[in-house]
Amino acid sequence: MLKTFPKGGVHPPENKLSAQAAIEVFPIPPQVVIPIAQHIGAPSTILVKRGDMVKTGQIIAKTSGFVSANIHSSVSGKVTKIEDVVDSSGYKRPCVIIDTEGDEWEEGISRDPSLISSIALEPKEIIERVLEKGIVGMGGATFPSHIKLNVPSGKKAEYLIINGVECEPYLTSDHRVMLEQPEQLMVGIQIIMKALGVSKAIIGIENNKPDAIESLNKLAPSYPGVSVEALKVQYPQGGEKQLIKATINREVPSGGLPIDVGAVVHNVGTAIAIYEAVQKNKPLIERVVTVTGKSLAKPSNFLVRIGTPISSLIEAAGGLPEDTGKVINGGPMMGKALSNLDVPVTKGTSGVLIIRDEESGRKEIAPCIRCARCTHVCPMGLEPYLLMTVSKNSIWEKAEKNDIMDCIECGSCSYECPANRPLLDYIRLGKSKVSQIIRSRRQS
Amino acid sequence: MSKVLTISASPHSFGVDSTQKIMYGVVLALLPALAASIYYFGIGALIVTAAAVISSVGFEYLIQKYVMKVKPSISDGSAMVTGLLLAFNLPTNIPIGLVILGSLISIGVGKLSFGGIGQNPFNPALVGRVFLLISYPVQMTSWPKPIIGRMNYLDAETGATPLAVVKEGLKNGESFSSIDIPSYIDLFFGYLGGCAGEISAFAILIGGIYMLWKKIITWHIPLTVLGSMIFFSGLLYIINPEGFADPVFHLITGGAMLGAFFMATDMVSSPMSVKGQIIFAIGIGFLTIVIRVFGAYPEGVSFAILIMNAFVPLLNTYFKPKRFGEVKKNG
Ligand code: SF4
Ligand code: SF4
Repeated sequence: MLKTFPKGGVHPPENKLSAQAAIEVFPIPPQVVIPIAQHIGAPSTILVKRGDMVKTGQIIAKTSGFVSANIHSSVSGKVTKIEDVVDSSGYKRPCVIIDTEGDEWEEGISRDPSLISSIALEPKEIIERVLEKGIVGMGGATFPSHIKLNVPSGKKAEYLIINGVECEPYLTSDHRVMLEQPEQLMVGIQIIMKALGVSKAIIGIENNKPDAIESLNKLAPSYPGVSVEALKVQYPQGGEKQLIKATINREVPSGGLPIDVGAVVHNVGTAIAIYEAVQKNKPLIERVVTVTGKSLAKPSNFLVRIGTPISSLIEAAGGLPEDTGKVINGGPMMGKALSNLDVPVTKGTSGVLIIRDEESGRKEIAPCIRCARCTHVCPMGLEPYLLMTVSKNSIWEKAEKNDIMDCIECGSCSYECPANRPLLDYIRLGKSKVSQIIRSRRQS
Repeated sequence: MSKVLTISASPHSFGVDSTQKIMYGVVLALLPALAASIYYFGIGALIVTAAAVISSVGFEYLIQKYVMKVKPSISDGSAMVTGLLLAFNLPTNIPIGLVILGSLISIGVGKLSFGGIGQNPFNPALVGRVFLLISYPVQMTSWPKPIIGRMNYLDAETGATPLAVVKEGLKNGESFSSIDIPSYIDLFFGYLGGCAGEISAFAILIGGIYMLWKKIITWHIPLTVLGSMIFFSGLLYIINPEGFADPVFHLITGGAMLGAFFMATDMVSSPMSVKGQIIFAIGIGFLTIVIRVFGAYPEGVSFAILIMNAFVPLLNTYFKPKRFGEVKKNG
């Protein structure tokens, strides 16, 4: 029996249309728009000014706090503007706009593709390098990676868990990366293991990617401590807490972090970015993006420079289909609908999904029939119907008491509800209110 | 770009099930029992069922449209389910007027007076049934004998149900094994007097398995109800095999199967968490046996379910699903 997380979950149609499409290097765009707030935490401090010439890989914004990340130029050329532009969040945020001229790289970055497997850096140096090269979680959460490499005092890391689950339907960027860069991934994992001081690493991969499982299983014996765990397909297995439960059967306590149960989780894309930062001195300036959709002519996986407009990716994948109703930054379960397709690719853009008109709308909301399906599918053991009711009626104490803050916003409840109730919409509202209340209570 | 893109919060993908699909799934699951009922009781079963379904749907439409002034929701199929379940809880020779009255009570009082689908604390069909049972005890307890291919309706030849026969016999001091009842095989397939839908445990079981397969219901409530009935009736039977009916008899007669698979599993009036459902179901099994053995009525499933329905809000408050990563509260 394949392992999975035991509680809740759904199995939406997988629709991995681009699974067989090899990663293509996307042409360098004539202009990039690089947001300086692409990660969770504080926006970075801009180091360049209008008119400056920059090289590919040059730092252009510096981390500005504990939770923050460096940002590098993804092209060489001239900084033409620094201004607020609407990004994929839908808000206007400060961006550095660079007009491309050639592709001249910063000194010291190796572009030689040959594998370097011996790890010269010491743990402390690895962490510094990861910080310096602006690596953030590439699964979508964009949490600065160096923080996760620093084990807080008093805690001990036992397992490194590598997230190769890619449980979101449609998305295939992690899958392709595992297939096409398995050795870089393995060395990346060894680097993270060294930084954390752990001897065991588990790569969790859902069973719908048998080719990736097979190829990594073949490599694993040459990398001490690394093993591959094939997992049953079940959404949201890519959630950190669910993945830890599925692989090592430990439950991160409510309000706690993976390190509380001795685990650290990194995404496969992040592991490769760490490999490149540590072995090749390369900052995070490009990433693999899946561009997909049922009506799209050519579902693809592109290696894209950060700051490339999403519209050009869609163009290269066959152009926006006639019957487009919605464009999602990310996957169908947790991604964000875009209103403007000129927004740039950022470090957290794992995919662009084009949804047809007929699948874009929401169905008419019917009364709750108390079927308890939302409760059965909630991976966190919550009662979504109840959380929606209390949020709708602004009964915040009751929302808090019923653990609304544990919701990971996976959307399984809304997905499953036969009455089409917008459960997660109200739960999000409740969460933001309750977190305000908790914050003000802490202050007083 | 001319195209206006839809903006909405995640998720952007939805499952295919709807309230309608679930309700029509239940209707489908009830068809074997309807067929069995028509087979054993003939035309009466057809008349009662048609009257109940038509009047339930009709009352839902009329009350919603003219009294509540809301958009009628009859297309969701829930009124049809209520009508069917009510019919299955009535004798097949009951006058149409009473069927219509029962539908009015089920839909009007049992369901819409609480606000409609999803709001009713009690199973609406059982509210109608119990109302009729209390108001018209004679008509509600004269059960036609099963005669295959019967064409007469109101004047059908009647007799007591096996449950009533056994209850009467045991009360008169007869021993269980000496009481004359049909063979268990006959009882299992439905050759017994009783409500339209109660008679064939076999047909109900087919429908129940269908609903489990289609994930309309989960096993927790039906199997626990039946298990609990076996446990409590078995306890009595072990103590005194002559003074009490055996567990198999309890399972295949009366409304045990219909109650376990179709009435207790009513989503609206059953608990939300698995723990709550198990306790709810144990309670139903226990109360059914208590009423059947010690109560005034030979049959107790309906009352047992209604009583446990009343505890559902409490069960929902005190038996929460186990939270992921639950932190033990102090103390
Ligand atoms: S899934 Fe929908 S209809 Fe069912 S209990 Fe939850 S909110 Fe109600
Ligand atoms: S309540 Fe939150 S965690 Fe539970 S299913 Fe809904 S979105 Fe997911």
